[in-house]
Amino acid sequence: MLTISNYVKAKTLEEAYELNQARSSRVMGGMMWMRLGNARVKTVIDLSGLGLDQIEESDNVIRIGAMCTLRQIEECEALREMYGDGIAESVRHIVGVQFRNQATVGGSIYGRFGFSDVLTAFLALDTFVELYDGGTIRLSEFVNRKPDKDILLSVIVRKSKRKFRYESIRQTKTDFPVIACSVVTGMVHGKETWYFSVGARPMKAALLEKQWEIPADASEDMIADYARQAASEFAYGTNMRGSAEYRRHLAEVLIRREMASILAEGK
Amino acid sequence: MEIQFVLNQKQVTAEAAADTVLLDVLRGLGCKSVKCGCETTNCGLCTVWIDGKSRLSCSVLAASVEGHEVTTLEGVEKEATEFGAFLAGEGAEQCGFCSPGFIMNVLAMFRELEDPGIDQIKEYLAGNLCRCTGYMGQLRAIQKYMQAKAEKNSGQPGEEAGAR
Ligand SMILES: Cc1cc2nc3c(=O)[nH]c(=O)nc-3n(C[C@H](O)[C@H](O)[C@H](O)COP(=O)(O)OP(=O)(O)OC[C@H]3O[C@@H](n4cnc5c(N)ncnc54)[C@H](O)[C@@H]3O)c2cc1C
Ligand code: FES
Ligand code: FES
Repeated sequence: MLTISNYVKAKTLEEAYELNQARSSRVMGGMMWMRLGNARVKTVIDLSGLGLDQIEESDNVIRIGAMCTLRQIEECEALREMYGDGIAESVRHIVGVQFRNQATVGGSIYGRFGFSDVLTAFLALDTFVELYDGGTIRLSEFVNRKPDKDILLSVIVRKSKRKFRYESIRQTKTDFPVIACSVVTGMVHGKETWYFSVGARPMKAALLEKQWEIPADASEDMIADYARQAASEFAYGTNMRGSAEYRRHLAEVLIRREMASILAEGK
Repeated sequence: MEIQFVLNQKQVTAEAAADTVLLDVLRGLGCKSVKCGCETTNCGLCTVWIDGKSRLSCSVLAASVEGHEVTTLEGVEKEATEFGAFLAGEGAEQCGFCSPGFIMNVLAMFRELEDPGIDQIKEYLAGNLCRCTGYMGQLRAIQKYMQAKAEKNSGQPGEEAGAR
């Protein structure tokens, strides 16, 4: 059970950060996950008055405030225009609209949950996170850091010509994914680069980068070989939702479909 | 602590501890339509609107709604009764326990989506669980309600209240 002694709606980021340095303090996002845990929280810090609930688009980046809800990114035109339906696809299976009107991007990324669709999707897009104390770092670095007392301010997605696909498999609608896979391609330093992110393995999402030049008219067998290779480079585990072997198989299938869909678009 | 917010268009004041959830405060204020089905953000029974958006009151800290607008089924009674007649007409209620949260989310959907198709409806309502029915009655009720509204708006005769 979660118990909270004090609720503070922070007036400044500085105040929020200072309050959060106490061991028994917690920053709250949408509270959806935190409320299900067991903890005695002395002070819960509400960030909702600090303007972190905006998605801002500039020439080079889309900056998503930590307090933006999953529903906001699901409906964000700027993300859709840049990367198609991938981001919406990554969140639309998460519980229900009411839930997504409340769960935040900050809580989802900060939590670094193994099952996270959100983390899987943003990791593939080579995203950055902006921290109050720790500056701006790559999400791929943040994901492997131990949770600390910093505050996540925003998630920054670069705008560049990339193709993005996202797919997950669930045993039943609204459940956690059995596996979540995302594939992104684009030019990096003049070379075609493929990024693969696989989450809910059930370990948290990890990223794989490959400089593969695959012709748009690659045969089905060729795409299947690449997909098999990519899927085999991740580790998988077993839990109540599926065995490691089943997950590896699903990852290979989803990666193959996503690669084929990207290549078909390039034809 | 004392919290002040607008409940069903009336300014209200309530006492709440730091970890009191909105659901308990609303029931304390007499909104007994708001029910707890799971307490784990899965069932949608506790759905209310905060600033016009569907949210799960079992997981909202009451303190965080200070200064916001909350709407429960009691605040949209006329519309809820109208739609409820269509639910009853399609045999979509058995125990009826899921109906308040379901109706709140259906009404939110009508405000957000214009003429939603069947897949959009299913997706919008995926977070509202019903343990008695197979959802088919609810889907029929929604479609017939939308049809009746469209006919009413275009001046054509239609089923005014869905109950047959
Ligand atoms: C029943 C249920 C089903 C779910 N299903 C899925 C699913 O299928 N796929 C999926 O991807 N996710 C799923 N999730 C996770 C969900 O999408 C959110 O990621 C999760 O609830 C955390 O977001 P939140 O806003 O609720 O954060 P909270 O619960 O408020 O916070 C989570 C953690 O992050 C910290 N935190 C929050 N914001 C910040 C910040 N700005 N800076 C620093 N720390 C911060 C909090 O202190 C806490 O430790 C599910 C969650 C639940 C409860
Ligand atoms: S009681 Fe809130 S979602 Fe079930
Ligand atoms: S009618 Fe009984 S839970 Fe829906």
